[in-house]
Amino acid sequence: MSVAPGFGTVLRMTIGKDLRMEWRSKDAINSMLFFSLLVVVIFSFSFDPTAETSREIAGGLIWTSFLFAAVVALNQTWARELRSQALDAFRVSPAPPNSLFLAKALGNMIFVTILECLMAPLFTMFYNLRALGNWKLLPVIAILGTWALVVNGTFFAAMSIRTRIRETLLPLILFPISLPALLAMVNATTAVLTGDYSPIIWIKLLTVYDVVFTTICLMLFGTVINAE
Amino acid sequence: MTTPAQPVATEAKVAVSLDSIVKFFGRFVALRNVTATFAAGRLYVILGDNGAGKSTLLRVMTGLLKPTSGAVKLLGEDPDDVNPRFGYMGHAPLLYDELTGVENLNYFAKLYGMDDHVVRDAIRTVGLDPDLDRRVGNYSQGMRQRMSLARSVIHNPEILFLDEPFSNVDVKSAHDMAALLGKMRDEGRTLFVVTHQPAVLEAFADEYIMMSSGQIVERREEHKA
Repeated sequence: MSVAPGFGTVLRMTIGKDLRMEWRSKDAINSMLFFSLLVVVIFSFSFDPTAETSREIAGGLIWTSFLFAAVVALNQTWARELRSQALDAFRVSPAPPNSLFLAKALGNMIFVTILECLMAPLFTMFYNLRALGNWKLLPVIAILGTWALVVNGTFFAAMSIRTRIRETLLPLILFPISLPALLAMVNATTAVLTGDYSPIIWIKLLTVYDVVFTTICLMLFGTVINAE
Repeated sequence: MTTPAQPVATEAKVAVSLDSIVKFFGRFVALRNVTATFAAGRLYVILGDNGAGKSTLLRVMTGLLKPTSGAVKLLGEDPDDVNPRFGYMGHAPLLYDELTGVENLNYFAKLYGMDDHVVRDAIRTVGLDPDLDRRVGNYSQGMRQRMSLARSVIHNPEILFLDEPFSNVDVKSAHDMAALLGKMRDEGRTLFVVTHQPAVLEAFADEYIMMSSGQIVERREEHKA
C-alpha cells in the first residue's frame, strides 16, 4: 500500500530527474550558453568601452543577459512535463505540489548558476572588469538575484504552460514583475564594481523581494498547477 | 502483482459515485448532468464515439478536471483525498522520453512513497524486461503503453482508470494486456477502461457504459455463462 511521500524525497527525486534529463538532452543549457555568449561578444564589439565605462554598464549588461538566457531554461522546465503529459501523472499522485515547484525552481537555479559560473570569466575578460568595491559581495548578489529570477520565472512559466503562446507570454509577465529585483541586482553589482556607493540597501531590497515572492509562489502554486 | 491491501471485491461497496456532473469547456458542454454509481470490484468498459465525453468523464473521476457543477466521490471521498488509492493511465503515456523505463518508474514509485523494489516487479507484470536499458523515447508505441500501465499500477491501487490502453498496440499484446486487466479485476480492483476496441475485453468486462453527447445513454451488464 502506498503512503504519502515525504516533501524532501519528492524534492530530491525531481531535481535528480530534471538534472538527468537535461544532461541527456542539453536543451536548456546549450541555448542559454549560446545566447549569453552572443550578448557578451556583440556588446563588446559594439561599444569597445574603457575599463571605467565597463564598470558602470557591466551590471546592467550581465543581469539583462542572464535574465534573457534564464527564460530559455524556464520555458524548458515545464515543456518537459508537458511532453507525454507526465505532469498529469504527478497531479494524480499524493506528492505535495509545492515540492514540485521548489524542485523546479532549484533545478533552474542550478542551470542558471552553471551559466553564470561559465560566463563570469568571459565578462571579466571582454570588459576588462575589476571590482573596486567589496568583491566578496558579488556571490551574495548573484545568489539572491538568480533566485529572484528563477522563483518568479518558474511560477509564471507554470501559469503559462496551458496557453498556446507560452514562450511569448512568459517574458511578457516575467519581465515587468522582475523589474524591482533587476533594479536591485544591477545597482548592487554596479556599486561593487565601481565602489562609488554601498550595495547593502540594494542587497536588502533583493532579500525582501526573494522572501516575499517565494512565499507568494509557494502559497499559490497548488492552485496554478491544477488550473484548467 | 499483489492484491490491494484493502479488499474491495464486494459489489455492495461503491467505488465511484457521480452526482449531476456537468462539465463545460468554454461554451462547449462535454458532460451533461451525468449521475451514476459504480460498484467496486468490477471491470467497466466505457464506449462511445469520438467527442462523446469518455475521456472527460475519466479525467473528472480522477480529479484531473474539476466538474463545472456536481460532485464526484471516489471510495466515498473527494478524488484529491484518495490519490494513493487509484491509478490513472492517460491517452498519452505520461512518461519521460529521456529516461529509461526503470528510471521513470523509480521516480513515480517515490511519488507514492514506494520503494524501488516494486519497480522491477511492475515491469515484469506488464510483460516487459526490467533490464532493458533503453530510453522510453526509443520504445515502440506498444511498449510505451505497457510501461504506462506499469506506472499506473505501481502503487497497487484499488481503482484503475485507463484511457485507450490498447491504442497502437498489436493484437497479441492487446489481448495480453486485457488478460492482465481481467486478473486485476479478479483480485478485487475496480477498473474503468475507455476503448474503441471492446472486443478485446469481451471475456473480462462486467458492464458496458455507452456514452453519447456527454451523457451515459446506456448501461449494459455482461452476463457470462
